Amino acid sequence: MAEEIKKEAPANFKVTIDNITIEVAPGTTILNAARQIGGDVTPPAMCYYSKLQGSGGKCRTCLVEVAAGSTADPRPMPKLVASCRTNVMDGMIVKNITSDRVQDARAGVVEFLLLNHPLDCPICDQAGECHLQDLGYEHGKEGTRYEFKRRTFEKEDIGPYIQLHMTRCILCYRCTYVADQLTNNRVHGILDRGDHAEISTYISKAIDNDFSGNMIDVCPVGALTDKTFRFKNRVWFTKPMDAHRDCDKCCGKVTLWQRGDDVLRVTARKDEGGEVQSYEGKPGWICNTCRFDTKNTSDWVIEGPTKINRHSVISQGHYVGLVKPKETIAEVMGGRDPKLLMDIHSVSGVNSVEIAALPGPATSKNFIPESKQE
Amino acid sequence: MSVQFSEKAMQEVQRLVGRYPEGKHKSALIPVLHLAQQEFGGWLSTETMDYVATVLNLKPIEVYEVATFYSMYNLKPVGKYLFEVCQTGPCMLNGSDDIVAYIYEKLGIKPGETTADGLFTLKTVECLGACGYAPMMQLGKNYREHLTKEKVDAVVAECRNTAPPKTDQ
Amino acid sequence: MGRKLLLDKAHVDGIRYYDVYRREGGYRSVEKALKTMSPDAVTEEVKKSGLRGRGGAGFPTGMKWSFLAKPEGVSRYLVVNADESEPGTFKDRYLMEFIPHLLIEGMITSSFALGSNRSYIYIRGEYAWIVDILEQAITEAKNNGWLGKNILGSGFDCEIYVQRGAGAYICGEETALLESLEGKRGNPRIKPPFPAVKGLWDCPTVVNNVETIAAVVPIVNEGGEEYAKIGIGKSTGTKLISACGNIKKQGVYEIDMTISVEEFIYSDEYCGGIANGKRLKACIPGGSSVPILPANLLLKTAKGEARMMTYESLADGGFATGSMMGSGGFIVLDETQCVVKHTYTLARFYRHESCGQCSPCREGTGWMEKILLNIEKGKGKMSDIDLLWDIQRKIEGNTICPLGDAAAWPVAAAIRHFRDEFEWHVQNPEDCLKRNYGLAGYADPLKVVTPA
Repeated sequence: MAEEIKKEAPANFKVTIDNITIEVAPGTTILNAARQIGGDVTPPAMCYYSKLQGSGGKCRTCLVEVAAGSTADPRPMPKLVASCRTNVMDGMIVKNITSDRVQDARAGVVEFLLLNHPLDCPICDQAGECHLQDLGYEHGKEGTRYEFKRRTFEKEDIGPYIQLHMTRCILCYRCTYVADQLTNNRVHGILDRGDHAEISTYISKAIDNDFSGNMIDVCPVGALTDKTFRFKNRVWFTKPMDAHRDCDKCCGKVTLWQRGDDVLRVTARKDEGGEVQSYEGKPGWICNTCRFDTKNTSDWVIEGPTKINRHSVISQGHYVGLVKPKETIAEVMGGRDPKLLMDIHSVSGVNSVEIAALPGPATSKNFIPESKQE
Repeated sequence: MSVQFSEKAMQEVQRLVGRYPEGKHKSALIPVLHLAQQEFGGWLSTETMDYVATVLNLKPIEVYEVATFYSMYNLKPVGKYLFEVCQTGPCMLNGSDDIVAYIYEKLGIKPGETTADGLFTLKTVECLGACGYAPMMQLGKNYREHLTKEKVDAVVAECRNTAPPKTDQ
Repeated sequence: MGRKLLLDKAHVDGIRYYDVYRREGGYRSVEKALKTMSPDAVTEEVKKSGLRGRGGAGFPTGMKWSFLAKPEGVSRYLVVNADESEPGTFKDRYLMEFIPHLLIEGMITSSFALGSNRSYIYIRGEYAWIVDILEQAITEAKNNGWLGKNILGSGFDCEIYVQRGAGAYICGEETALLESLEGKRGNPRIKPPFPAVKGLWDCPTVVNNVETIAAVVPIVNEGGEEYAKIGIGKSTGTKLISACGNIKKQGVYEIDMTISVEEFIYSDEYCGGIANGKRLKACIPGGSSVPILPANLLLKTAKGEARMMTYESLADGGFATGSMMGSGGFIVLDETQCVVKHTYTLARFYRHESCGQCSPCREGTGWMEKILLNIEKGKGKMSDIDLLWDIQRKIEGNTICPLGDAAAWPVAAAIRHFRDEFEWHVQNPEDCLKRNYGLAGYADPLKVVTPA
């Protein structure tokens, strides 16, 4: 039926979201129309990923109210709909932040998503770039009403590159779509069902494929993280730089996450929606060689600092337009220098250790200065 | 144990695959897993699932995903006789708790456990669609309904005496 | 005594077999449809009959059929939903077990109407012995020329296959069923597209309940208009009710929708009253997911009228004071039963059966189960009752498929009508382990508010 209407319809559909009207091409989803408007009216989306076919509909964070279906049939839709999987119609009126029903339902969804989440952000590598953190911050409550033991899973090793933390997973299915659509041999999937459903290979098989690392980039939470970056640094202490190289497997356009001159991590570049950036309509997925095995600055042509949304905690490490505060100690002390009780460099090698070169996670032992080592 | 369907089972696989249009052989997965479970000791080992994947030309993960979703597939070995006692609403109203307790009393097994001789496994399950004949349990292909302590005694005795479970109607 | 259209012959000796079934007038509807009617004419009769889907949702069948897309050169499929798994419901099993040819006959006629040359019965995996019964019936039908190529010289080809599930309530949801039939996990699909446009293997598909398809037989034989004369209002024809719980005569009954709930429970023709001389406390009239009602609201509507066994009357008063016909799974609780415990078993069921795909259902069902167990075991708090209410409210309507609603409604209705029983559990943590709350005022006559 939708196809028939499409044929007769005008080139563009008018849709009104939270009182803002925009024209979009037929076939656009409500979510993508809202993304074109941008800002607060864009519903959050934890499972939908525009570059992955079939994704979306599952997390229910993007639910919106359709107050009028279309000009032809202006009846409201009785239930809230998943904006990521509902196409706009001409004359559709959508309420997102202007709908109490939506806000109420979304608060419920956020609570459900956090119910069994370990909230181990202090030890989670995703912290600072975690979509669930952002969602919880914007829509969650401070306390939990859940008084039971949180769900746990048996740990599974899925190979040398990707760390799986199943307790953090929100079952968005994105990683399975990556495996299906970017690689030709999916070895992991969703096993079991209901509240025990989990991502697993069932047989603790290593996920080994040229493009498997993209699963890390699409994971909205810290369920799949980069083992080569594990515990090496907090993302907000690193310096994201756009860089590229000639790669015969992928586009070679990446973001380097640096500390000093060290490349601690390589990821695909992300757009404003947090998704992998597209180049000429094609998603810029990167290969595992670029991601995991090309960590010398000299391997890359640096383009410049990555633009980071100023609301992100990562932007606090960006010293753009920084004004250095005036040194006042000497002034208040009448020209004398303060007497240092301890020189940090004599007790810690924190500024001289090349963290990226460490074989495993950085521990306090790595920072004992050479002078103190036996 | 090397996993290999008998010739007869293989014919059954062919019959099952033949029920779907060309190229839709994945549809046979669920029935073929039933067959495999029946053929290979009442449960699905990784080896068995990998074999099913080969037979149906699927990726092993596609088989694992399905096998772990459906509750009738046993992913661990079970006793020779699997007592699946329903415990949902209508069965509960008619005393399914007592049946579970009685099986414990009689065989010393709680839900999820197997007797030391490997003969009986007790499993509590959710509604099997025999609400009007409660309490009940599934044993092999059949239902045992309107259970009482005496009937449980009789079923246990029957299992102990006759090797294969009753399969006729 | 009401009219029986489906189970009239169910107890004729040997009716399970072709010869007896045919002798008793079986397969007339196939002859009539294939020899004298066009596919559209069959659909038209089904529309006229007012037949509503017997699986639970009650959607008009004729309308569902008319939505089926018919693009050139694309196969269409009829899939019969025999994944009967709703607690309290065992009617389809009865029909398939005792009179399997009725389903096969209905399928051939319906397949002709829909243009399905390959039709499937998706049956729950636990009904393993019924698979054999159905396959035998299919073989008999085929041997007698009712299936295969060019049936009765009409040019219509049809094959029927039985597909066994493997234990998943969610596969009763039509899109999850199709996923399962494609050999995948039973995760419901996101609609649209609806199966009528993109169903089995992306082809237009109609999914109907066993009883619905069986009802096509009398509709074609007697005509849609005749069928529509049975029953009241929009509740036309006969309905199979599977009655269970604390009644004297549990079993499957075919009712023409003209009798009252009270008659159904107490008359000897049907349930025969409450077992062991006890009194009626509560009832879930349409399968575990529909709202539970206390005795007084079950027998009479809030307006004080007798409640009838019809789609409309059971739903009278909405969820505030009514319930639903649902799948016809009639669960009766006597005065000694505990509504909290019963609700807990249902919550456990829905948690167990949630596919886990969407967050409100995956997380919410388990949460409700845990809280209900606490209350049942005397470890609950007063605030838990309101918390339960809030959780169910946030699941309902916000999930991909109706399982979320099905899990939320029983909890909501139990709190709505039996809140004092929940409170009693909280306030008497030791007592509630030893005895149940009892009948209390649940059978007291209702005060009917008459408008001034």
